[in-house]
Order: sequence, then C-alpha cells, then structure tokens
Amino acid sequence: MDWISPRSLKRLGMLNMNRRNVDYIARYNERASYPLVDNKLKTKLVVAEYGVKTPKLLQVVKQQHEISRFREMAEELAGFAIKPAKGSGGKGITVITGRDEDFFVKASGARVGAPVLERHLTNILAGLYSLAGTPDVAIVENLVESSPSLARYSHQGVPDIRIVVFQGYPVMAMLRLATTASDGKANLHQGAVGVGLDISTGKSLNAVQFNRPITLHPDTGLALGNINIDAWGEMLEMASRCYEATGLGYMGVDIVVDANEGPLLLELNARPGLAIQMANGRGLLPRLRAVEA
Amino acid sequence: MTSPSRLPFYIAVFLLIAAGISLAVWRHIELGIPWLTGDQRPVWMVEARVDFDGASDPVVASLNVPGQPPGFSILTEQAASPGYGFSIIDKAGSRRAEWTKREVSGPQTLYFKAQFVPDPGAEPTPPAQPPETKRLFWEEPQATAVREILAQAEARSSTPESMTRELIRLMQPDTRVQNTTLLVSEENYLQLLVNMLNHSGIPARTADGLKLEDARRRQQLTPFLQIYNGEQWLTLNPKTAAQGVPDDILLWRQGPESLLDVVGGDNSEISFSMLRQTVPALQLAAMQSKGNGLGFLSFYELPIEEQSMFRMLLLLPLGALVVAFMRIVIGIRTSGTFMPVLIAVAFVQTTLIPGLIAFLSVVSIGLMMRGYLSSLNLLLVSRISALIILVIFITAGLSIFGYQMGFNTGMTVTFFPMVIIAWTIERMSILWEEESGQEVLIQGSGSLFVAICAYLLMSAPLAGHLTFNFPELHFAVLGLILLMGQYTGYKLTELKRFTPMKAYD
Repeated sequence: MDWISPRSLKRLGMLNMNRRNVDYIARYNERASYPLVDNKLKTKLVVAEYGVKTPKLLQVVKQQHEISRFREMAEELAGFAIKPAKGSGGKGITVITGRDEDFFVKASGARVGAPVLERHLTNILAGLYSLAGTPDVAIVENLVESSPSLARYSHQGVPDIRIVVFQGYPVMAMLRLATTASDGKANLHQGAVGVGLDISTGKSLNAVQFNRPITLHPDTGLALGNINIDAWGEMLEMASRCYEATGLGYMGVDIVVDANEGPLLLELNARPGLAIQMANGRGLLPRLRAVEA
Repeated sequence: MTSPSRLPFYIAVFLLIAAGISLAVWRHIELGIPWLTGDQRPVWMVEARVDFDGASDPVVASLNVPGQPPGFSILTEQAASPGYGFSIIDKAGSRRAEWTKREVSGPQTLYFKAQFVPDPGAEPTPPAQPPETKRLFWEEPQATAVREILAQAEARSSTPESMTRELIRLMQPDTRVQNTTLLVSEENYLQLLVNMLNHSGIPARTADGLKLEDARRRQQLTPFLQIYNGEQWLTLNPKTAAQGVPDDILLWRQGPESLLDVVGGDNSEISFSMLRQTVPALQLAAMQSKGNGLGFLSFYELPIEEQSMFRMLLLLPLGALVVAFMRIVIGIRTSGTFMPVLIAVAFVQTTLIPGLIAFLSVVSIGLMMRGYLSSLNLLLVSRISALIILVIFITAGLSIFGYQMGFNTGMTVTFFPMVIIAWTIERMSILWEEESGQEVLIQGSGSLFVAICAYLLMSAPLAGHLTFNFPELHFAVLGLILLMGQYTGYKLTELKRFTPMKAYD
C-alpha cells in the first residue's frame, strides 16, 4: 500500500472532504440557495436572467400521465437528453444521440425502445435519482453537439468543463472527458478522464483517470498535454455570473461547448468534488485562502 | 484556520465532556456504582434469634435493632416469626422490632435478619441536643470512694476522653486501690463506670457490639462504653480504654434502651449467628440507591421491561460514535448513514455469526428478487413496499427452513429491521445498476465492517454496563461526536486517495 503523509498533503494545500464541508460549503453556501442548484429546472431559469445560456429545454415531465406526451414529442427528435431535475452526480441522465428505426440510440451505442425510456421517466418522477428520494420532475433538453475541437478527445459523450468558483472568483478548472469505462458520462468517479486546466489561460496541465496520472486518453489515444480551450475568458465570466445568480459562495460550474451555440451551462453543483485537485496537480487551499484574504 | 467564534464551542464541548465524566465519578463515589461489571462486595448477614417460653398469655417481644451502626449501613431487614404480628417501631433515636401475639404457649423462637454492608463513611447523626447527665445518689462509704477516684482521674486528664481513659485505668484490677475494690464487682463494672462518668458530668451510656466472624452461631453481644464529648458519642472498650469501634464490631445496640423485653413470656434468650456473603457491587448500589437522594438519576427504579429497553437504547450512542468516527476520521463508505448501527443492534440480539449469515442471506436473496422487480417498471413507493413484503417472506422462509433443519439460529432473522433491509436492498440494487458490482461490494462490505465494529463495541459487557449505569457518560459521547463534527483534517482513506499527488510535492 502506498500512502501520502498528511504533512505533504498540507504542504500541497490539498483541500479534503471534511474541511470542504465545514469550512467552505457550510460557511459560504446558504442553505436556502441549494434548491437553485439541486434542481436543474430552477438553475436554468435563474441563470437565464443573468445572461447565461443553457441547452434548450424541450419538455418538462411533471406527472405520470404526461409521459405519453413524451412519446409524441420524442417522435420528432433525433437527439435529446433526459435528466432528473434533482439528480446528482450525473445519475439518471440518459442521452439519446439518434434513431434506429423504432429504437432510440444511446450515447453508448446501445439501442433501447420507447418503453425503456418511459420506465426511466417513471423512475425519475418517483424520485429514484433525487437527492433525498423525493418526487422529482424530468426535463428533456436539446442534445448538445459538442464542438469538434474538444469532442475528438472524448470517447462518446460530451466533454464538459468544471470550474470551481469561490465567492465569484474562478479558482480551479478541469476538462472532463468520457471514456468507455465511464459509459459516456463525464463523471470522474465513474472512470472519466479529468484534465486540469490552467485557470488563467485554459491550457491543459495534467490528466488523471481513476485518480491515476495518465498522458494519453485511454480510448482515443490522443495526447492530453496540449489542449487549449477556446473562448476561455467567456467561460470564466459565465462561471462568475452563476455566483451572482445563485449566491453560492463555493460551487462547481459545469460548462459544455456546443458546436453551434458556444459555451452552455450544463449544471451547477453546491458540493463540487475534490478530484479536480488531482487533475491539476495542485491543492485548492492556497487559492481559496487568497480569495478569502 | 480556526476562527475565534469557535472558542465558545470548544469550551461548551469541554464542559459537556467534563460534566459527563465528573457526574459519573461522583455517582461512583456517592452511590458505589462500580466501574467494572464483576465487582463483588462483602455483606454480613446477621440473624438474631430470640427464644422464650410462652405462658398462655398475650406476648409482646421487643428487640432493639440497629438504626445506624457506625461503620455499617443496613441493606435489608426481615423478620421470620409465623403467627406473630410484626412491626419496626422508630422512636426517639431507638429502633425496636416488636412481635405480638394474643395467646402463646410453649417454647417460641423468633428471628430477625438483617444485611449489613461495611461502609466506612456511615456515622450516626450526632444528637441535636447534648444529652443530660444524671447524678446518682451514692451512699457512704461508696460516695467517698467515688469522689476520690474521680478526683484522681480528673487531676490526670484534660478532656472527657482522657478522663474516661484515666478512670478505666484506675478501675483495672492491677491498678486497683482500696477505693475501687470497695466499688467494683464483676457484674456491675460497666454500669458503675457509666454512673461514675455521669456523676462527674460526662454523659455516658452502654452499647452492645457483635463481633463479626464468618459462619459463627450462638454468639453473644459484647458490651462497650460510650461517652459524649460535647459533639458526638465516642465508643470505648470498657476494659482497655481503646477508643473507636473496631472494623469487625457491629454495634447492635446503643443508648439506654434494653436489648430485649419480653412481656408475657419466660426464660427469654437472645443469640446471634452471622454469615459473610458477597453480592455484586452493582446490585448493592441499586438496592442502596432506592433510599438515596441520587437514586432518581438512574434507571434502577424503572420497571424491568423498560430497563431492558433502555439498556438497548443507551447502546445506540456508541454505535453512532463508531459510525461518526469511521466516516469522518477513517473515511469508510457505507450505504445509508446509520444503517450499520441498526444492523449492529440486530447483531447484538442475534450474536455475530448467525446474524451475519442471516443478514447476508436475506440481502442476497432480496437482491435477486429485486432484479425481477426492476424489470416490472414499478413506481418507487410500490417497489419498496413490494420489497418489504418480500423481505418478510424471505425472513419467514429462512426461519421456518432453519427450524425444520434444526438450527434455531434461523429464527434470529426476525431481529433485523425489515424496512431498513428493504431500503438497503433497493439502494444496493440501484448502485449495482448505476455504478458497478464493485461499488456495491465496497459500500456493502464498508457497511458490514462498520456494523461489526459497532457490534463489537456495543456487545462488550463493559460498554453495556457503563452506558446503563452511568448514563451521564453519554454527555461525553455527545461531546466527542460534536468535536468530530469540527474535524477538518484528512481522512485516513484520503491519504490513500491523494497518493498520486506525491508526484507534485
């Protein structure tokens, strides 16, 4: 077993789970603002007032009987994403990228019938994916078509950019790339690749998968060392506006880059994970303290 | 980066822990509740036997019984005397056991039993008013002899104690002079001493002590002299003038009352037998707490059923402490925050191995059935409800199967909380679908590990003993949990998780 000593972690300024919860989330995040980020529907509405763009909302399924309307609507569409409004950690998100006769094609390439999607909607409404198991609503969004410059790095799925914003200042960022292991999801603990980004320039620093440093994408085989994010300043500004919209002092802002519409806000997270530090190879604490001071 | 606002919090936590521990220490000293489970304390069982012959008359037999003997406290009292009316009468500093019967003939035997606990702190309450001395009228030539001996003793003493000692010394056969030989005879020695002391202005009286020796029968009381020194009654050996009551002497009678009065009977006799017993210190404390002002702080006076319920309930904070420690400091992932505690509580009732087997079989059978349920596309609430019913079926099946196979352990399945198990199965199954079987294994074994740790702590006899008998220790547990809520250091698992950061150090 390989261990790192608490002293060297401290020297690196690594933020840990307990300190994040006590000193940052509990201190800077108003409980009353949580529903704004825990409910994707509310997030969409509130950030829109601050000029932050989000993927186009196609339908909101609030009741069991509305599920039949979903089928009618879905007939017309090629690609869309079904999300539980109160889901967390990417749970319960189903992305449909195309059609194959009567079947829907998932991001992973698997073909599923309409009944499967309807059951999925039923589960969402019953609150299977919501944080406390409370009844939920499902939102159906336009499929984000990832800009090719980033999409080529990702195996299936849409790469997204996570920016940690502390009191309105973007402090750390990473690019998350889906892999086979993560089933097309940009979720680090499911096996997505995290690429640390220089917060001032948007250039890539390090990359990790399953907390282990890597240099090449495991599926696409592309080098991850010299990625450069376009429109970086615009994204930083978006992230800062999200702070104004929600008032949450410490949060994670997830942004995707759409081929047609540019950067879009995917979701906000009031409890952003710690893995971003591994992707950057730097601890969050020095930056957070600099902002606090 | 502790901000100053946390100081009151730490003080409050410190006070909470200190209060819990000091209250426990106080109750240990004051009530004698033992820290350890197996503590035994000696108890003397003394039996007074009264024999007399009835003469076909109404009988009142009245025996002086100890009220507050120095160095002992009374645990229990009981009288055995078929056909007699019995009561204990307290009046003006003396306690008497009184047997009554309308018509008595032939030889009679009455028993009075009491248990005494050695208690160095037990002292009789000093009299509210100083006792009065009675001056006796002495006839000549005794009067002159008494005067001279008292004058002699007084000249060589300064306090009531030293006066008494001198007097006793002067009355001893080897130092006797003519004056004393005139006064002393073997029968009246003690009473003479009392009378002379009273005459000189020192209140004095007799007392009877019982020498405690294991398994002795037909013992008699030995006389002692007591004088009042202005503050309290002091006990002296009338022969050696040694002051104080020896540890093995139980003062059965103190004061002017007679030891035994039998009205309506002849040839009355009293003898004592005794036995040294040991009782668990805890039982002793429970018995003593009934009469004690501190008794209200404990659970001993609740009905037994509630007591056993509290025994269980009071273990829960320990489980919560283990979960808090495991999650905050160690960083073990569990499925459901306090599910491990509930599992541990079930383990306490089933014991570990049968409990583990039962739990694992219910959960794995449940997971298989849940697999079928998930293909039915049910609403969440009805799916969980169905799962609860299935879990009950599984439990019943395992119990019956186990019983038919001759394993009673199968029955213990019923101790598991059904609803919690159903939720556990549901969560595990979703985890399986969304993450992987590996994550199910990690969280499942994490939960079981925490549950086993909590079980090991909760099932330790000492833990059960301390939590039930010193419930105030939970203040300390609460304080520890609050402290852990402020722990911002690295978890043990984070040291592993962040290992790749070594490259950047």
